[in-house]
Amino acid sequence: MGVRRIALAVFVVILALVPVLTPENKEFWITQANYIGLYTLVVFGLVLLTGVAGLTSFGQAAFVGLGAYSAAYLTLTYGVSPWLTVWIGLAFTAVASLVLAWVTLRMSGHYLPLATIAWGLSLFYLLGNLDFLGKYDGLLGIPALNFFGKPLNTGRSFFYLLWTIVVLAAIGMAHLLDSRAGRAMRAVKGGSTMAEAMGVDTFRVKVTAFVLAALLASVSGWLFAHFQRTVNPSPFGLNMGIEYLFMAVLGGIGHVWGALVGAGVVQVLKDQLQVLLPKLMGSSGNYEVIVFGVLLVLMLQYARDGLWSFVDSLLPRQRRKVDWADAPTLPTRLRPTHGEVVLDVRDARKEFGGLVAVNDVSFQVKAGEILGLIGPNGAGKSTTFNLVTGVLPATRGQVTLLGKRIDSLASRKIARLGVARTFQHVKMIPGMTVLENVALGAHLRGRHGVPAAMLRTDRAEERRLLREAEWQLQRIGMGELMHEQAGNLALGQQRLMEIARALAADPILLLLDEPAAGLRLKEKEGLADVMRQLRSEGLSILLVEHDMDLVMGLVDRVVVMEFGTKLIEGTPEVVQASPAVRAAYLGTEH
Amino acid sequence: MDASIAGILMLDGVTNGAVYGLLALALVLVFAVTRVIFIPQGEFVAYGALSVAMLQFGKVPGTLWLMAVLAVVAALLDAVDALRRGLPAATLARNAARTLIAPAIVVAVTVWAAPQKFSLLVQSALAVAIVTLLGPLVYRLAYQRLADATVLVLLIVSVGVHFALTGLGLVFFGAEGFRNPSFWDQRFTLGPLALTGQTVIIFAVSIALILGLFLFFERTLRGKALRATAVNRLGARLMGISTIGAGKLSFGLAAFIGALSGLLIGPTTTVFYDSGFLIGLKGFVAAIFGGLASYPAAALGALMVGVLESFSSFYASAFKEVIVFTFIIPVLLWRSFQHGHDDEEE
Repeated sequence: MGVRRIALAVFVVILALVPVLTPENKEFWITQANYIGLYTLVVFGLVLLTGVAGLTSFGQAAFVGLGAYSAAYLTLTYGVSPWLTVWIGLAFTAVASLVLAWVTLRMSGHYLPLATIAWGLSLFYLLGNLDFLGKYDGLLGIPALNFFGKPLNTGRSFFYLLWTIVVLAAIGMAHLLDSRAGRAMRAVKGGSTMAEAMGVDTFRVKVTAFVLAALLASVSGWLFAHFQRTVNPSPFGLNMGIEYLFMAVLGGIGHVWGALVGAGVVQVLKDQLQVLLPKLMGSSGNYEVIVFGVLLVLMLQYARDGLWSFVDSLLPRQRRKVDWADAPTLPTRLRPTHGEVVLDVRDARKEFGGLVAVNDVSFQVKAGEILGLIGPNGAGKSTTFNLVTGVLPATRGQVTLLGKRIDSLASRKIARLGVARTFQHVKMIPGMTVLENVALGAHLRGRHGVPAAMLRTDRAEERRLLREAEWQLQRIGMGELMHEQAGNLALGQQRLMEIARALAADPILLLLDEPAAGLRLKEKEGLADVMRQLRSEGLSILLVEHDMDLVMGLVDRVVVMEFGTKLIEGTPEVVQASPAVRAAYLGTEH
Repeated sequence: MDASIAGILMLDGVTNGAVYGLLALALVLVFAVTRVIFIPQGEFVAYGALSVAMLQFGKVPGTLWLMAVLAVVAALLDAVDALRRGLPAATLARNAARTLIAPAIVVAVTVWAAPQKFSLLVQSALAVAIVTLLGPLVYRLAYQRLADATVLVLLIVSVGVHFALTGLGLVFFGAEGFRNPSFWDQRFTLGPLALTGQTVIIFAVSIALILGLFLFFERTLRGKALRATAVNRLGARLMGISTIGAGKLSFGLAAFIGALSGLLIGPTTTVFYDSGFLIGLKGFVAAIFGGLASYPAAALGALMVGVLESFSSFYASAFKEVIVFTFIIPVLLWRSFQHGHDDEEE
């Protein structure tokens, strides 16, 4: 058992002893602990949303409110059992968060937080003005929860239910982050191009993260209503929404346990400041927001990883246990027969305003062939890549893959058809291990989603994915480095990792964008060997590269581009002998 | 409702819309130049209006001391930075003087002028001066270090600044609201419409400010430098434009516009220490209408928000804020269909 597991077990034991060991007259601390638990649940959602998926929300308090008011109103007015209202509240929350996410997440990331501000304000004023919800006075006399006949009407009895839910949620979150669905969520943080190229539906993943965060908030609201036994709009206003985000940033936005630390520190600090500051100022008022505001800015300037990162650096790094050695291999795609046309680009054209970046370019790539795409800088090679992979829509022309038109398809649809790529500027998730980064490439070869990840029913599939990832790494000569953090790799290794990631998708066509840039001679030779091996397996490779020694010694045919136009196409010998190519690279003699 | 009520509501809406439009302009400017979504813009509005209110009582507003303290902290941080980089003492002194001289003058003048209870115009000028100086200082202290951070991080910083400034507003002005005296008590009748002098001033100042900004961006080198920074930060830097300078200038302009808006609404409504937030957010709804990028669309959005607000306060006054802020949803939906993916790499 690792140190981290032991730490978790110790924490749970301490938690279980809190209500027993706290003296009768110190009920205050039980209440504090309960509030911390309620807040932690909400902040878990923000960790997922902000730390993992790179989105954020100031409206989490409003979702808490939705959960709390659903519970309160249904129980008081219709006598619905709390064990039922929690689900109704979750349904309301799901609908509200789906609408918000669906409207905003197609656009750049900052529209969601702005929309959540408006949502937080609207709901606050709505709750405060509706007669049947008691206006600003709220609803009173909500019954305590009843757990199999035992009423949870004291802080201590409530404590166990609440913290059981908190610990379960934490474990579920940790499981989620370590899964296919979790990797997809992390992938959307750095922009959608890479994630889409791996076949991740980024819009859907973002919506999922947002809805999940909202649902956690809703559960917290349900608990809140039955703990406080009254609800009114003030704890669900925008200020509280901002405070939740403050907790997440303070604790450590990227760590599940940072949520607990953040919620705990803020709750205790707030309590102390509310006593201390009015004395200092000589009048009452919520002055603690000044401290919180300044602290938030300072945290982001000087300690963006939050408090938990200090704890985390003390705990030993744990290597993932290799439990996939005997997992069955993943099924592979049917490869086209040798010599069959895999990719057919016909008169592809891309205009950016008045600039013609790709000017009616045509070429074919056959199965079991490496085609080199070369040309001086700015010749339109990368744009051609982007047309083939669906990152950019073509202005005109056709791109077909095995006879199927792909020029109007989205990146991830093209990926699904068997096109994998690397990027000119490495795009990876620096905080994940090399192995996990490569496993992201096999995203489309798995199918389990969020619920399976949380409940760990995805483990058999996960082992197969990881086995595939390890195998691809070994093939590329990086098996030794699989437990390393991707961000620690040298540039050349990062490029190789991208190739392994592309191979993990089991592609028919592999597009490599300057794979040898930054590689040492030995590594280049190794790379060339791997490409020859892949070719002999029937894979087609489209290669953009500036290293002519590598290109000319490796490829079957070369397409030369200049100023967006195809200059010449032929075998390396023909191209090397061409005066036009020489002129393009070196200029003409006068 | 008859035509005259509709007319009155319309006029009311357009008047408020003019102020939201000014704020939306400031928000678009700040976002374009610095990528900061400047939530605390509304605080400048409240600070402007309430600083005048304090001066009306012959008191020195707390905002002055905030400005002074921030200036000193900024000067100290600059000095530490300069020492670390081994810059000569002369540069150090020059930088400190540049940061401190304007605040020092404003402090001296305000402390002298406050008890004398000069005319409303003098007090307004002082309030605008104080708040305008706050703008670049806020940029220096909260954002400058994070100039290259993601939009998301900058947004969270904005929320922190909003918290701090609202809390300080409570300290400076108390929980009580104030209504400033009108600049011009003249009344005009235009058919069924009654036009107050203040309304005329709001329109005149808004139009003058928009024209002034237009000329600034079109005709002056500094204005063009700001536009260049908005288009491409790196490119601007390569052309010798200081992006820090551009950031400070845009925040200064935003603070100036905010303070001015505060003066404009001060006589028409009671302003509380936290009133600015909602006013600023309505500016945001307008700015989003323009995709945080287009000035004319933002201005149009502002008029729509103003009119929507005045009509909903007539029909369902309790739900005024709900209606105005829910308006953002259809606006966003329309934008997302209009523009689809404008995903940015971060």
